[in-house]
Amino acid sequence: MIIRRKASSLGLALLASCTLLTPAISVADNKVKVGMITTLSGGGAGLGIDVHDGFMLAIAQSGNKNIEVVVEDDQRKPDVAVQLADQMIQSEKVDVLTGIIWSNLAMAVIPSATAQGKIYLSPNAGPSVLAGKGCHPNYFNVAWQNDELHEAAGAYATDEGYGKSFILAPNYPAGKDALTGYKRYFKGEIAGELYTKLGQTDYAAELAQIRASDADSVFFFLPGGMGISFLKQYSGSGIELPVVGPAFSFDQGILQAVGDAALGIKNTSQWNKDIDNPTNAAFVESFQAEYGRLPSLYASQGFDTANLLLSAMDKAEVDDTEAFRAALKLADFKSVRGDFKFGNNQHPVQDIYVREVIKEGDVYTNKIIATALSDHADSYAADCSL
Amino acid sequence: MSTILLIEQLLNGIQFGVMLFLMAAGLTLIFGVMGLINLAHGSLYMIGAFAAASVATLTGSFVLAILASVVAAALFGAIVEFSIMRRLYERDHLDQVLATFALILIFSEGTRWMFGSFPLYLDVPEMLSGTVLLPGGIHYSRYRLAIIVIGLLVGVGLYLLISKTRIGMRIRAGENDREMIGALGIDISKLYTSVFALGAGLAGLAGALVGAIQSVQVGMGEPVLILAFVVIVIGGIGSIKGAFIGALLVGVTDTLGRVLLPIAFGSFMETSQAASVGSSLSSMLIYLLMAVVLLFKPSGLFGRTQS
Repeated sequence: MIIRRKASSLGLALLASCTLLTPAISVADNKVKVGMITTLSGGGAGLGIDVHDGFMLAIAQSGNKNIEVVVEDDQRKPDVAVQLADQMIQSEKVDVLTGIIWSNLAMAVIPSATAQGKIYLSPNAGPSVLAGKGCHPNYFNVAWQNDELHEAAGAYATDEGYGKSFILAPNYPAGKDALTGYKRYFKGEIAGELYTKLGQTDYAAELAQIRASDADSVFFFLPGGMGISFLKQYSGSGIELPVVGPAFSFDQGILQAVGDAALGIKNTSQWNKDIDNPTNAAFVESFQAEYGRLPSLYASQGFDTANLLLSAMDKAEVDDTEAFRAALKLADFKSVRGDFKFGNNQHPVQDIYVREVIKEGDVYTNKIIATALSDHADSYAADCSL
Repeated sequence: MSTILLIEQLLNGIQFGVMLFLMAAGLTLIFGVMGLINLAHGSLYMIGAFAAASVATLTGSFVLAILASVVAAALFGAIVEFSIMRRLYERDHLDQVLATFALILIFSEGTRWMFGSFPLYLDVPEMLSGTVLLPGGIHYSRYRLAIIVIGLLVGVGLYLLISKTRIGMRIRAGENDREMIGALGIDISKLYTSVFALGAGLAGLAGALVGAIQSVQVGMGEPVLILAFVVIVIGGIGSIKGAFIGALLVGVTDTLGRVLLPIAFGSFMETSQAASVGSSLSSMLIYLLMAVVLLFKPSGLFGRTQS
């Protein structure tokens, strides 16, 4: 871990020195200043670190000297994020903002940033409001709309012929979106529906209810540490129903902590390291070489976000907002997901896969086994007036 | 809802309560004997879990991991007491809160620096995995049953230690009159260090036991700390017996509330709405319990009445 940190800070130092040098030697034509506000400490820091590392890797690989990135830690706190955004817009005078992981922080920052004329590229959070009625020409989401992976899980459960699902999620907006998303595509009955406390780590009571129900499958959305606890306790509970979930509880960063309890479980994702295209293969290899670990979903999203930005910089000046937005919307870059295109609401239209957790040597990871939804656009796009 | 499910949930409540007791016992002991509010108690819980996870990875032995958790947390507790806490006994509670809050930040960042931001791996031992069939046809997790047994054993051990041994006598004397035990020629500083280490060790044990079924990560101690404070407020500050009863009450109330409230609301509301309302209300339940207890017994169930 220390080595990894050293490597990444060395990379940062190199990058910083590059950006320091450039103004002296080149007439910075379309120099772009990026403000990255992401979670680097506290709960969920792993996600922010991955987005950051993926983003920086793409920029380092591009060799583009006309980009400067200012990184700040939001500590997963909305008030801190808002303060940082103000600071970046007013004193740092950034052109583009990115990096936020959590939907509640995104809602606190993005609407005001885009209203002030800044471009926002979301590498993760995709709250439904910003995809539908609240969509904005300056807001682009490079990851997904929040409901999408859950919708794919519902579609997969239907394909598998499950008739009765027990579903649970934390009691907060993204949790409710998750269950709504699952139910939107699941054609069977709901055997039980539970909302757990946000941040809860003991699921004894919930597991007893699952056991007592007559469900034939379980769907859960419990991001981060919550999911680790749930899966470990599920595997020790003797319940043998098949489990489906979104990729968030099966990500590279946490799979090692879940261990054997996750083996064989099916989860939905728009990315995996085995998607077969040259960009992805090169990404996985170079990420591993740079940071000494396998990339995660979040790292892939950070990488794509940076490449999208770089592709727009090739086509337009950032000062010409109209042209720059059009260049972003074209999404003319090689995504690790293969094809990448934006829908009318500037959210991806993409395939969502079903992955299975496997063990490769000593490392727990995923492999793609099916496609749950093809060319899937989110369910709010129709409400967007763009 | 069937009787079997209800009994199973009752067991879950007891298991949760017993775990809270391990945390609350140390917290209340340190407050009772030394008059010290230690917010960093949750960090000792985290240290226990990280020590256990590291030793388990190195040796593969769960027993050694548990031992390591107790030793590491007790050792850190003793060091912290020796180097920092001892300067705070005479200060008022606000200073103690500030200083121990700073310790939380130091321990969290220190742990992150050493182990990184990604959660660690600690597994339930083979012997304790799976379920066991209890009388009445209840399938219950073997590991959770083990936590109940360990918690009860520790409870009995603490009771014996405090009521039957010489050290216990001194601890009790220290609770009542600090100057008197000094006058009796007992080395107060040694007594304080050992009480602190004992409390820390219990928190470390709780962290390791829970770490195996949850995730071992930075910040895992804070939510438990809040519950432990609720427990000692309900039980009466400084009372081990109070901590025990309070912990069981909180554990059972929380678990049954989570299960029964959504069902109760479901009888007259749409299911998914009932699930959401019931779940929101159930997270308030233990605070309501605390308020009700304090209404009738302002110093907690077993607290000494203020003179």
